[in-house]
Amino acid sequence: MSSIQAPAAQPGGASAAASGAARVARAFASGKAFVPFVTCGDPDLETTEELVVAMAEAGADLVELGIPFSDPTAEGPVIQAANLRALAKGVTTDQVFELVERVRKRTDVPLAFMTYANVPFSFGAERFARRMAETGVDALILPDIPFEEKEEFAAPCRAEGVAFVSLVAPTSHERVQMIAREAEGFVYCVSSLGVTGARENIATDVTALVERVRRARPDIPCAVGFGIATPEQAAAMAAVSDGAIVGSAIVRLVAEHGRACVEPVAAYVRAMKAAVSAVEN
Amino acid sequence: MTKGRFGVHGGQYIPETLMNAVGELEEAYAHYQEDPEFNRELADLLNNYAGRPSRLYFAGRMTEDLGGAKVYLKREDLNHTGAHKINNVLGQALLAKKMGKTRLIAETGAGQHGVATATAAALMGMECEVFMGREDTERQALNVYRMRLLGAQVHPVDEGTATLKDAVSATFREWTTRIDDTHYVLGSVMGPHPFPTIVRDFQAVISREIKQQLAEREGRLPDAVLACVGGGSNAIGAFYHFIDDPSVRLIGCEAAGRGVDGFETAATIATGRLGIFHGMKSYFCQDEHGQIAPVYSISAGLDYPGVGPEHAALHDAGRAEYVPVTDDEAVEAFEYLSRMEGIIPAIESAHAVAHARTLAPAMGKDQIMVINISGRGDKDCAAIARYRGEDLHE
Repeated sequence: MSSIQAPAAQPGGASAAASGAARVARAFASGKAFVPFVTCGDPDLETTEELVVAMAEAGADLVELGIPFSDPTAEGPVIQAANLRALAKGVTTDQVFELVERVRKRTDVPLAFMTYANVPFSFGAERFARRMAETGVDALILPDIPFEEKEEFAAPCRAEGVAFVSLVAPTSHERVQMIAREAEGFVYCVSSLGVTGARENIATDVTALVERVRRARPDIPCAVGFGIATPEQAAAMAAVSDGAIVGSAIVRLVAEHGRACVEPVAAYVRAMKAAVSAVEN
Repeated sequence: MTKGRFGVHGGQYIPETLMNAVGELEEAYAHYQEDPEFNRELADLLNNYAGRPSRLYFAGRMTEDLGGAKVYLKREDLNHTGAHKINNVLGQALLAKKMGKTRLIAETGAGQHGVATATAAALMGMECEVFMGREDTERQALNVYRMRLLGAQVHPVDEGTATLKDAVSATFREWTTRIDDTHYVLGSVMGPHPFPTIVRDFQAVISREIKQQLAEREGRLPDAVLACVGGGSNAIGAFYHFIDDPSVRLIGCEAAGRGVDGFETAATIATGRLGIFHGMKSYFCQDEHGQIAPVYSISAGLDYPGVGPEHAALHDAGRAEYVPVTDDEAVEAFEYLSRMEGIIPAIESAHAVAHARTLAPAMGKDQIMVINISGRGDKDCAAIARYRGEDLHE
């Protein structure tokens, strides 16, 4: 396993703070982005480390790291099961930060945490944001924190230069403008109703949703997630936005192959990155 | 602070996809709450369909046996469908209908809320789907049949611990999938704003009646009101109109399961700490990393790792007291009330009866205690028989 020759993360403090948000911007700076998601500790933390490095090499522009939670209410069955597998192995928040420290010695790919509010709340929102900055996590996504509740987590992130990512959904309608106006890093556009997981068709008018965000904030990238599994879907979503986010399809490969998942996942990421890159800007 | 706060508790910790849905609900409720026609229809349903007002019964034999406070029982078990749950469900179903919704979804633990929701859906000609932990569908098989009989679809939930918290998660997921025609009839004073307020308002009829009935019987306020607390809807209903009467002790009885010193408990205020889950900030049973604990109680209706935000705030303020009651104590109280008064309480309500047995003798004979009998115990008979070693199955 070779590793990307990359500068190590900067140490904590104000300079690292500036680099976190900048790294998120970089993910979208050179064409359409592909953003894969994995659940930390599934099947084990060593494999997660190899997965992140391999996905970065395979062309991932930003990697979402899921910190497992016992009751992930926005997830479909595939990621729910991954959360429970990781927790059964005893994965903790501290161990995930240690994983990030190891990953950061090997790649400078932009990283985002995706987890549920009670994980950082229990850790302490300030302490959590500080640890993100120290270890080199650039963004935080909490699907159970809507706009109205975000400051409890966004303010400490901001103080550490970590981007607190906001989500917009097909049901957001007039809320999009308010959300986009305060968005940081990128806007996570939820493609369809329901929970995460592969869908045959994405029926929602994603174009209109992305347009709405762009009208309010022409400067912020929009990545589309939920339901994307095939290169065709990724290309279609990337065509109308700035990138595609894929979770369940990758987590399913991890579940299928266990510790031997790194090669198949890397191959999948290469194919998906090629599909989104082929989209005309 | 954001909307729907009770002290630091409450709020709206839900996915963006649901934010407009709870916003619409809040607006609709604000409108219909003040609408005389809505209130007239609801009062008619509560009185002529659910059988309100429920009786406030003086438990003479129990009073004599315990030798202290006069014990009154608020008979929510006599409501149609056998529990307090119908008060909230009729309110929410009527509200949903006014909002143009045609489909109700609900979580259920013991099955009482699911049965109540299926009942309201049948009455109002609405579709109904109920999510129930697989383990609970087995513990409460008769209620599963009742729901189906009433025309509802019951979805067993296999995720997680396959109990109430997983049923709540599954119902939230379902709501995220289909919002336009669907209202989530949340069964307790929990979840995101405005649910804790709406459910409390619909259950507050309990304390409004207690206050009036006791004034007629005794010409005064009670000294203590006792109720069991899972999410806390029957308790907040029984407490609400007494919150501003500081002489009235408000006592919530939590399910301690096999005891608060072990892991097999559901006593949130005794063993939990502040967290964010199921749309609200409140107290939750959780581990040091914020993972929600797999709780346990003999009572499926109290087998929940959190408590409603208004209870958390009443606890913080010292206005209400919360005491843990074990399975053993609850089962003894279940048998006690059956033999002493000929009233078989729900195993949930038996938790309040159990604490009353300790508290009443310590109170003066001139004092008055009201126990909210939130539901009837027919549904629990087979399980309690098995608990006592009898080979009885429904």
